[in-house]
Amino acid sequence: MAECENDSDVESRISYRDYVVLKRGDVFKSVQVENKKKVVFEKQWFFLDNAVGQLFGTRFEIEAGGSLKLKAAKHSGDSLDSKEAGQDNRHIVDDGSSQKLTRDDIETLKEQGLKGQEIVQQLIDNSTTFKGKTEFAQEKYIKKKKKKYESDISILKPSTRLLAMMYHGREPGKICHLRYDTLAQILTLGNIHAGSKILVFETCAGLVLGSVMERMGGFGSVIQMYPGGGPTRAGMESFGFPSHFHETLHEFPLCKVNALLAGTLDLSEKDADSEVSGSGNGQSESTQETSAVSEKNSEPQSMEVSIDPQEEMRRVERERLREKKAQEKKVKMEEKRKKLASAAALLEGRNADGLVIASRFHPCPVLMCLLKFIAPSRPFVVYCQYREPLIECYTKLREQGGAISLRLTDSWLRHYQVLPNRTHPVLLMSGGGGYLLSGTTVAADAAKARNQHKSEEPVAKRLKLDEISSA
Amino acid sequence: MSFVEYSEIIQEGDVVIIFLGHESMMPVMVQSGAQTQTRYGVIRHSSDLIGQRFGSKVTCSKGGWVYVLHPTPELWTVNLPHRTQILYTTDIANITLMLELKPGSVVCESGTGSGSLSHSILRTIAPTGHLHTVEFHAQRAEKAIQEFKEHKVSHLVTVRNQDVCKDGFGITGIADAVFLDIPSPWEAITHAKSAIKCKGGRICSFSPCIEQVQRTCEALLDHGFEEICTLEVLLRVHDVRTVTLPSPDFGPEEDSRSSQVASDLSQDEVPNSGNTSVICRTATPPREMAGHTGYLTFATKPRD
Repeated sequence: MAECENDSDVESRISYRDYVVLKRGDVFKSVQVENKKKVVFEKQWFFLDNAVGQLFGTRFEIEAGGSLKLKAAKHSGDSLDSKEAGQDNRHIVDDGSSQKLTRDDIETLKEQGLKGQEIVQQLIDNSTTFKGKTEFAQEKYIKKKKKKYESDISILKPSTRLLAMMYHGREPGKICHLRYDTLAQILTLGNIHAGSKILVFETCAGLVLGSVMERMGGFGSVIQMYPGGGPTRAGMESFGFPSHFHETLHEFPLCKVNALLAGTLDLSEKDADSEVSGSGNGQSESTQETSAVSEKNSEPQSMEVSIDPQEEMRRVERERLREKKAQEKKVKMEEKRKKLASAAALLEGRNADGLVIASRFHPCPVLMCLLKFIAPSRPFVVYCQYREPLIECYTKLREQGGAISLRLTDSWLRHYQVLPNRTHPVLLMSGGGGYLLSGTTVAADAAKARNQHKSEEPVAKRLKLDEISSA
Repeated sequence: MSFVEYSEIIQEGDVVIIFLGHESMMPVMVQSGAQTQTRYGVIRHSSDLIGQRFGSKVTCSKGGWVYVLHPTPELWTVNLPHRTQILYTTDIANITLMLELKPGSVVCESGTGSGSLSHSILRTIAPTGHLHTVEFHAQRAEKAIQEFKEHKVSHLVTVRNQDVCKDGFGITGIADAVFLDIPSPWEAITHAKSAIKCKGGRICSFSPCIEQVQRTCEALLDHGFEEICTLEVLLRVHDVRTVTLPSPDFGPEEDSRSSQVASDLSQDEVPNSGNTSVICRTATPPREMAGHTGYLTFATKPRD
């Protein structure tokens, strides 16, 4: 449709600095579009420059030399249909000699500039067993060869779906082996939606944070709690959010949570300094020191030697630079302090609308601590790669109260191949996708949960155990 | 109160969820002067609900108490009046992710059914998106309109009483995503395709039977859809419990070595008439679980 091609929606066109997702078959990779930067993907090198200005979703071929070329419109109907086919494989002997083309022959064909589809046709023509295969086997063979020799890639706009599948397929360790369907549960059970105030604690490279932000749509606020030095945002950047989304994102260091809860958090300038690098105060002092020292040094110089105008200029220049750096540092400190203050202000009310935890840290202390910031009648979701830590969380919450509808779950996922007369589950299946503990907060009360569900122990014994645990 | 926005204090006209205990809840429409009967006694709306904070404990007339919760689509799914078989949160969560729904998305859905998925979609696409939902059963369509009104989400949804296979969704070229949960989804693919924006979009079809899935996948392929993918997802619940396993009696200890073995056992030993027992904190699966809800088929409509 003509109107589609002239899509003036700026968001639909690929630009420099955009974050995109490259796709080839079922393999994805997240990259940033940069000028003349070589990209490696699926054993191929290429440049993304020719993609700039094109629409998202476009298919490209990789030409010799690494430049991208727009793929011509899809040919409907497979021109690779074979007329002849066998009935079954009783006569087919797999001795590795059925393909007459050697690896070198194929390389020669590639160098001659033959397209992927043509190479596949060559392979079919030079296969002694192809005609004897069943139609299904022929289709499977063609599909396999196409996957290897047709090197089309698509350039897509990032989304939680694509990034979650990418991380799970490529680098599951970075996201604590969080499978995409489990992430789906987190976002839905957590009732993540526009306009809410959500606390996130994750060590999943920023994927969970990004997916929460996507569901918030730039409305409301997200407070990322972080351990140690600073928050991880790499995965979140890959979403390519518009800049105003970043204004909804706050961060707060875990090491200051106790102070915040006790009401002793110091938000004055001095405190912000020490938070930065541990020696912030020392640094600003030393800057003054060095400038004082340099002044001292310059004095004897000017006394010993007659004032050299060039030397003087250089000294003044150095002074200026030092002062400029000190000023920049001051501005940065002030920014950091402001950010800390704004995050603290959001947390102080203890009225957040939701909590998401997904990290390699033991979830129990994190959960028990961060729940204090959540309003009553709000959902919380905790992800853990393993089950036992969540059992601990469950038990602690039962003892403490303040949470209902606690559920420890994991999900079972299976893909299907759907083809005429060949429909069955896919052969390889994910063994596990992690575990979730979800629940709803209620007004903190000392009341023992009414919903202490049935235990298989006889009544008398159960009472005894209750007494022990509540002691 | 709103299904798409949180509030703090219960007001007249709100729909709240009364939590009575483990797996026991009920929705209640808050009205001045009204009363609700529960097994713990009577809840008087004017004094016990209106003006109270969501999440607070309410003591009923007999002395027992309940919690009053803010409604969410997830709570609604397990508490709504069934007019048809509904979709549950596990499937809904995956549909939401795979259709890439987010604030601002325009979604087409058929059939509306009991509105379980509809409420979840509305929550996700608010405040700037829109849901076009089609239901061919007149009374169900009517009930859906009424419910959306009571739940204060009417501005985000348009309900149409028509047959999606014959008449489509009532709009074309504006949807980011289409969802089908109908007996013959392959008959609606043409309309689904035309409902989706020309720059492309996602589609999902939910079918309990594999034969339906096969016909739908064929139709999707014929219509030029890509990335066709069928999957199913099931939730496994783990019941957390403390179990005490007795240790058998191996006879009186002969030497120091065997007493070492005894003390190597877990510290949570409970002496029980001479024999020791071990306490384990563990989780077990329930006796039965949902083994099948339906197959989810997803695909992408490429740019025109």
